[in-house]
Amino acid sequence: MRARFAISLASAVLLLGAFAVIVRAAPGADAVDPAADAKAFRDYFVKRFPNVKLEDFVNGPYSMNEDMRRQWQEKEEFPPYEFALEAGKEMFSKPFKNGKTYADCFENGGIGIRQNYPYFDAKEGEVITLELALNRCREANGEAPLSYVKDDMASLTAYMAFTSRGKPFDIKIPNDPRALAAYENGKRYFYTRRGQLNFSCASCHVQSPGERLRAETLAPALGILNAMPIYRSEWAGMGTISRRFVTCNSQTRAVPEEPQSEDYRDLEYFLSYVSNGLPVAGPGARP
Amino acid sequence: MMRAAIKGAMLAACLLIAVAVPARAALEADFKAAYAAAEAAEKEAGALRNQWITAEAQLKAAKQAADKGDFDTATASAREAEALAKASIFQATSEKERWKDAEIH
Repeated sequence: MRARFAISLASAVLLLGAFAVIVRAAPGADAVDPAADAKAFRDYFVKRFPNVKLEDFVNGPYSMNEDMRRQWQEKEEFPPYEFALEAGKEMFSKPFKNGKTYADCFENGGIGIRQNYPYFDAKEGEVITLELALNRCREANGEAPLSYVKDDMASLTAYMAFTSRGKPFDIKIPNDPRALAAYENGKRYFYTRRGQLNFSCASCHVQSPGERLRAETLAPALGILNAMPIYRSEWAGMGTISRRFVTCNSQTRAVPEEPQSEDYRDLEYFLSYVSNGLPVAGPGARP
Repeated sequence: MMRAAIKGAMLAACLLIAVAVPARAALEADFKAAYAAAEAAEKEAGALRNQWITAEAQLKAAKQAADKGDFDTATASAREAEALAKASIFQATSEKERWKDAEIH
């Protein structure tokens, strides 16, 4: 009797132990796994657009529409962002009042580093985008910050992107709960519906790439930031990532956040990470 | 005869004022209540970081109409603003978890 009881007890303990191991090993529904997300994200677009080469997704609507691609290729002979590139190069090398330049704020003198932005700054505990880093550089050298949505910032980032063209995005998410939380917040922002039109970023750029929204052909979310900043014919000028996010929100009739808000930076972190491996193609031109 | 006519006109004017002033005060009170409700809802939407441009525009339109003394229009705009703000609150609340349904897995 005692032996049978002991066997039953031992079996129950073993079962409970096995259950505990299984529960612990199985990823929870809400577990943050950026690498798995990035793979699923890429697989989704590759499967949905089997004729588009992976590195071509960075060309946005041109990867979706052959007629638009031909027009764009002709436009690239005299690219509309060329003036911004020249202005950006000049601004980048012009010394601040204290004699230093932007090059003093960045590794490798700021050349060929676009693919590493944004990154998670463990000291500050926040996501640092290239636009934010440029303004922090200015402020550290006694200069007033630039507007995040106007031409000067677009020109500077255009030049820095140009020096990095072709380099694969290499966004890192350190094993730091704050970095994972920032990534997760960016993902939440991307998929959350907002505005009176009840659109999320994903409504257009995951569910409907290649479709038309009025006169525009929607770009796929995969690689969507790789060509930033962009010259947009609709804007008749250059636009930064900040400007793009603000405009997207306004188009859904949502009150946009402040440029470089925590949500926008986290969104950039998420979108850039899931496009890792795709080449820098900025500055770009869009209709 | 002339005096009687003047008295009559003055009496009519007094009556008109006596009726119109409280009616205007009632319209203004309606507007103030509608505007306060709309502002409170929009503030809540703001706390959820989910305000809509259209709600903001209706609030502004309500204020502008009230400043001109057009309380009928002002109240209608304020009520529209409140409805939009409440819809944005519903959206933000329901999206707290629902966004996960759209995620690529």
